[in-house]
Amino acid sequence: MRTRKCGKTFLSEGHSPKRRVGEKVIEALIRFSGWITLIVLGLIMILLFREGLPIFGYTDPVSFLFGTTWLPVSSPPVFGILPFVIGSLMITLVALVIAVPIGIGTAAFISEIAPTGLKELLKPIIEILAGFPSIVLGFIGFILLAPLVQSVFHLSTGLNGLTAGIMLSLICLPTIISISEDALSSVPSEYKEASYALGATRWQTIRKVLLPAASPGVVASIMLGMGRAIGETMTVLMISGGRLSIPTNITDPMSALTARIAIEINNASFRGLQFQALFAMGIVLFLITLVVNIVADLVLEKQRRRLRA
Amino acid sequence: MKRIILVFLALVFLASSCTSGLGPGTSPTSPAGGNIVVKGSDTMVNLASAWAEEYEIKHPGVKVSVSGGGSGFGITALIEGTTDICNNSRSWKPEEVENARAKGFEPVSVAVALDGVAVVVNPQNPVNSLTIDQLAAIYTGKIANWREVGGVDSPIVVLSRDNNSGTHIFFKEQVVQAKDKQAEYGPDVMFLPTSQSISDEVARNPYAIAYFGLGYVTREHKVLGIKKDTSSEAVKPDMSTIKDGTYPVARPLYVTTRGEAQGLIKEYIDWILGSDGQKIVSELDFVPHATQK
Repeated sequence: MRTRKCGKTFLSEGHSPKRRVGEKVIEALIRFSGWITLIVLGLIMILLFREGLPIFGYTDPVSFLFGTTWLPVSSPPVFGILPFVIGSLMITLVALVIAVPIGIGTAAFISEIAPTGLKELLKPIIEILAGFPSIVLGFIGFILLAPLVQSVFHLSTGLNGLTAGIMLSLICLPTIISISEDALSSVPSEYKEASYALGATRWQTIRKVLLPAASPGVVASIMLGMGRAIGETMTVLMISGGRLSIPTNITDPMSALTARIAIEINNASFRGLQFQALFAMGIVLFLITLVVNIVADLVLEKQRRRLRA
Repeated sequence: MKRIILVFLALVFLASSCTSGLGPGTSPTSPAGGNIVVKGSDTMVNLASAWAEEYEIKHPGVKVSVSGGGSGFGITALIEGTTDICNNSRSWKPEEVENARAKGFEPVSVAVALDGVAVVVNPQNPVNSLTIDQLAAIYTGKIANWREVGGVDSPIVVLSRDNNSGTHIFFKEQVVQAKDKQAEYGPDVMFLPTSQSISDEVARNPYAIAYFGLGYVTREHKVLGIKKDTSSEAVKPDMSTIKDGTYPVARPLYVTTRGEAQGLIKEYIDWILGSDGQKIVSELDFVPHATQK
């Protein structure tokens, strides 16, 4: 008779030696892949900092972050990235302003209102939207959306932050919808039933009971969508307009950190000043995305703990 | 047993597909076969692709792969050893030559064609010509409205290639810095990532102005005449004005190799400089180089 022990000792007792070896091999492989992932991630971080930090010997961090002039190939070169930080944030803001209401609304619709047939149809369609290559969206934005924005807002050009933000919202939308819908569905049905039992309408229930209960998950979805928007490159490169000065208005042509890195990294001489500055921009992007992800993680953890209680 | 055979067959298949295209003389199809990698200037990429196509037809067994990315990209690639030939529409900078020497070679450039950089506007734009000074003022931001140069009362949408482009650097040195060597592109200049997007934007935006190689000009653009100064004639870029130097914004296009070209690469460059290669140059709206072999 086998005694009840936990974990692998329980599993390997009573099995043939051959199976025990097999188990060990599989375990080793899984442990190996887990470690490889961590190691590769760590190496990427080390590379990023190793290649990017030296620029702060040439330009101090304050002048780099808050400088407004970017002249990487002039003599002498000047590296100030504030216009791109502002550009990235402005474009992301536009994307979120569009994607958040539509995303949460769609999530509520799928989770609470849609009949099962429609729900089964909508979820795969949203996954397809998530799979759209960003360069295709950039191309569509350039050919279709930019002239439209130019004529509707009477601008001199449609290649600006607004156009980029609108196309970017299409990239944030699937993330926000999926995760918010998951959050809304995992609200215990007792909340819903209690609300209806007290006579609330469906809209009142969604607005006053379900969304507040799901709010940690919804907020996490917004932060993750924001992380995606900040990191988006091709779409922004093609339609944001490429101006190097600080944008004063969302309808100004502007540049983003990601687009700048993409266009310049290939011709920067290896480990030269421009190369280092671009890697330093990568560090800035990495830190922004890291903060956004950590906050999202903490918020999601709060939701899980609350619902377990 | 069956599984072992399948795995063995898969490995054999993989191994056989790895041996093709490894370098000059190793191709199984022809004893004179080989590979040439060409990278660099976007201005030259269509021309380089046309050369590659024609050369591959005339010399079966040789594969020439061409990609763009900008002169800066090509120069970096030649220094790093990821390309055999670099196409550049501007000359190498001193630091780049230093980097090449540090890697153990002297970059050798050969001029293979001449290119006029056309300044274009939208066909609806009433302006017909500009002086070099006016052009410089537009691109540094000193002139911001079309009415200052004889056009409508509207802000000028100034388009340019980005700093990975040889054309960007050439235009800056030749036009923007014509009088003031410290001048830079103005704060409102829009740097678009490809010549194609610049071409599309200027074709549909009545307030845009742009510059690119003559090869990118289409019927949807209006080419401006350029005057050296207010008293000169406005000159439009074409075969003759580029060749005789009357068009002020023209430059040679180069291919660069590590040291003097040898073997397969030398044959290719000689062919480009020969009548076949130069015929393709004319067909694509560039100007054949003066010293033809």
